[in-house]
Amino acid sequence: MTKEEAQNGGDGMLIDDPEPQNAQVDAFPDGFNSNYLKVYYGRLFPHADMFKWMSYGNDGKHPACDQSYFGRREFSFTLDNDIYLRFQSFKSASELENGIKDKCPFKIDIGPVYSVDPSKRLAYAQSGDNIFTPVERELVFDIDISDYDDARYCCSGADVCLDCWPLMTIAVKVIDTALRDDFGFNHILWVYSGRRGVHCWVCDGKARRLNNEQRAAIADYFRLYKGNSNSKSKVSLLGPALHPFLVRSYVDVLRDFFEEKLLCSQQLLSDERYEKILDMIPDESITSELRGKWQDSRRPASGKDVNVVRWEQLKHLLQSGKQKAPGIRRCVEEIVFSFTYPRLDMEVSKHMNHLLKAPFCVHPKTGRVCVPINPAICDEFDPTNVPTLSKLMGEINTAGLQAESHTVWDRTSMGKSIRFFRESFLQPLLKSCKEEIEGSHSVKVQQSKNSLNW
Amino acid sequence: MEVVRSQKKPSSAAASADVVSNIPLYRSPPTLEVRLEDFERFAVDRLLVLRGISDGLARGKKPDEMEKLVNDLWKANMRHPQASEVINKDIISHFVLRLVYCRTEELRKWFLSIETTLFRYRFRLESSDVHRALMTELGIPYKVVTNAEFEGLKDKLTQVARSVSQPLPTSDGTYYKVPFEEVPELVASRRVFIQKGYAYVALNQVVSFIIPHFRSHLSKALVLTNRKWTSMIREQEKDRLTPIVEALSTSYLGPDYSQAKELGEMSLKDIDQVARTAFPLCMRHLFDTLREDHHLKHGGRMQLGLFLKGVGLKLDDALAFWKAEFSQKVGAERFDKEYAYGIRHNYGKEGKRTDYTPYSCQKIILSTPGVGDHHGCPYRHFSEENLRAALGKMGVSSRALDDVIEKAKTKHYQLACTLTYEAVHGSSCDAGINHPNQYFSDSQKILEAKKLSTA
Repeated sequence: MTKEEAQNGGDGMLIDDPEPQNAQVDAFPDGFNSNYLKVYYGRLFPHADMFKWMSYGNDGKHPACDQSYFGRREFSFTLDNDIYLRFQSFKSASELENGIKDKCPFKIDIGPVYSVDPSKRLAYAQSGDNIFTPVERELVFDIDISDYDDARYCCSGADVCLDCWPLMTIAVKVIDTALRDDFGFNHILWVYSGRRGVHCWVCDGKARRLNNEQRAAIADYFRLYKGNSNSKSKVSLLGPALHPFLVRSYVDVLRDFFEEKLLCSQQLLSDERYEKILDMIPDESITSELRGKWQDSRRPASGKDVNVVRWEQLKHLLQSGKQKAPGIRRCVEEIVFSFTYPRLDMEVSKHMNHLLKAPFCVHPKTGRVCVPINPAICDEFDPTNVPTLSKLMGEINTAGLQAESHTVWDRTSMGKSIRFFRESFLQPLLKSCKEEIEGSHSVKVQQSKNSLNW
Repeated sequence: MEVVRSQKKPSSAAASADVVSNIPLYRSPPTLEVRLEDFERFAVDRLLVLRGISDGLARGKKPDEMEKLVNDLWKANMRHPQASEVINKDIISHFVLRLVYCRTEELRKWFLSIETTLFRYRFRLESSDVHRALMTELGIPYKVVTNAEFEGLKDKLTQVARSVSQPLPTSDGTYYKVPFEEVPELVASRRVFIQKGYAYVALNQVVSFIIPHFRSHLSKALVLTNRKWTSMIREQEKDRLTPIVEALSTSYLGPDYSQAKELGEMSLKDIDQVARTAFPLCMRHLFDTLREDHHLKHGGRMQLGLFLKGVGLKLDDALAFWKAEFSQKVGAERFDKEYAYGIRHNYGKEGKRTDYTPYSCQKIILSTPGVGDHHGCPYRHFSEENLRAALGKMGVSSRALDDVIEKAKTKHYQLACTLTYEAVHGSSCDAGINHPNQYFSDSQKILEAKKLSTA
């Protein structure tokens, strides 16, 4: 691609660029448009990696590979003007790549693997023996920070900042640990959703073969909120003890996060805000005692943050030996959980046929790429620093001149993400898939041998 | 089911060779010889159990009561003179009823729900050896948790038990390790500890994952049975088993009231009073309509006419009764020409000379009254408004009325009628109303008793 072509978005159309040729990367105005997207799909989007992922090892030459597998996966494209194309399918890596480059979708969703090629579904009856039905699908989760609007004061709705983003971080920690330690899953991909949340893709074979009932069971295992729209954060921790999963989440993640970060960053016990927490304590005498202390608002001599001090006082009162009712002691945990415990979108996880946005898409409203998040260092993830389309355009412009087109991505901010995707997720996954395919194949071969040996 | 000497049921694969479960899983049809009479009789006996359970559930019985009910029903109906044949009767009756209840979605739903309930309560009464035999038979890959493993997990298991108010784990108790996918219910409600993909299930939790297996297997089996039925069996057996099967699902299993010996006669002069005090709502409505309109269409004539026969109305009195009404509308001559025949027919004096039996509740509920008809079951076929008015006329108090309407709305029509009976007579009817003539004869008994006590 020549310098002119790069500036023009690669298709001969002129982009407003009054700056001289050796311009900085911010020569590309912020935004999201099909010109940028075309370049993105042309140079940066990891088509081959996506194909390898979605094939789960079935693209090899091994006799046990299912050659039809990739072709039975549903993709859906959202085009410009909100045109929505469902039940797209592709038979090969090049078909997938050409399909994407051709249609230049604003959003790509991934659906399940069906019993037959989804584009041929109408040929199959809905009942009887030949049916069109999902047979495999990753276990997925969707966490959206707008569901935490009653737990944060800095932002609301689609906005996110570094004060409230950590709510997502701890959700990742809690769920990721449970998926690995409790459920025994290994191949887990966390992805930034591009604006205000995270998605999780659990790709183990066992996970892909779960039925709707099992998915719902896992979602319910994670569910804590029994509230309605009036009290979304209603948490009820009944029983003399908590389940070990909740205990671990509290002790390892939630409590410290609440006490050391959230209390202060959100000023949860400030004069304007403490009523909300007092509302969660069902004992009048305690709440009025606390209110009394706090209305007398002399600043604490120690110079400690007022929220921290007040929290100590609250805990002291609720957990003192005098309190007989177990529900009272439990209030402390309930408050912490109600602000910090992960809030999942149940519907996304429960159904095999639910479509979810593909990683490495670009979010139309923010221009940010949906990059993977490393759960081991998720504290370091900064949503405000995720590469945007326009930034990448500039980087391509600078880098693209010398390098071959297939290594351009490595010279941009995408490089880190793609490398992480390949090394930490895709390669281990494919290795395990290969073992599974070869393993089950040799079992079958052995069985047929056995049946011949009398 | 074939023609061979009867064998013992295919016993469970037996992880424990000595323990054979008394509760069959009905995995495959037995290879037994069955006599035709047994085919029907066993099915009828089992159906009495299933209907009893259905009734118990609809009445909202608590689990302890249900357990007793199931036990009583089973003992009362599923016995066999030869002890060794008891289990065969169990299996055969189940499979026959599969044929009966596979044929529509509604029938399948009912059968699945009641058989699962039956299984659940029978299971509760069994020992843990039986539980294990069943798990093996179902192919659930469980492992018994070793003592060493148990010690390592004891804290966590205790935490879970406390969190759901269950008995605390002890080292002589039994825990099973199963893949978490086998116990979605327990996982969803966080009633088990899970680690690395395995759930640690306490002995008393085993029922909650065996039941879904039983249920889903039966559900699939019913669909397959339906296919086989429609594609092959129904035609093949059209002269032998098919009529039996088709009759069973709508069969009324109580007394048929074709001989109204017990009650003696009903004389015409009493009939108005008796209609007011002892008729069920369906017949009261038909009766009142007849008195008002001096006419009833065919469906109504059949339903009321046969009922009156069951109540003890003799043919001559019946003719006089209907004539007195109809001639006010169509004239005596037309009555003799067009309607008398039908009445005589009902009494077995014409045509085939079949002595028709009065309709049971089931039959009446299933009928389809059209415009201008007044037969059918008011609890089903009336609008709420009309039903309220009709019940008010019967003398049902407003408090009881709401309960009755509630039952009618939830499609428990016979229960609604039972509640009406109880409200009107102020005394309970434990067996429930299954037949209009039963309503009548029970009412008469109460009224007689009241008369005697005030005499």
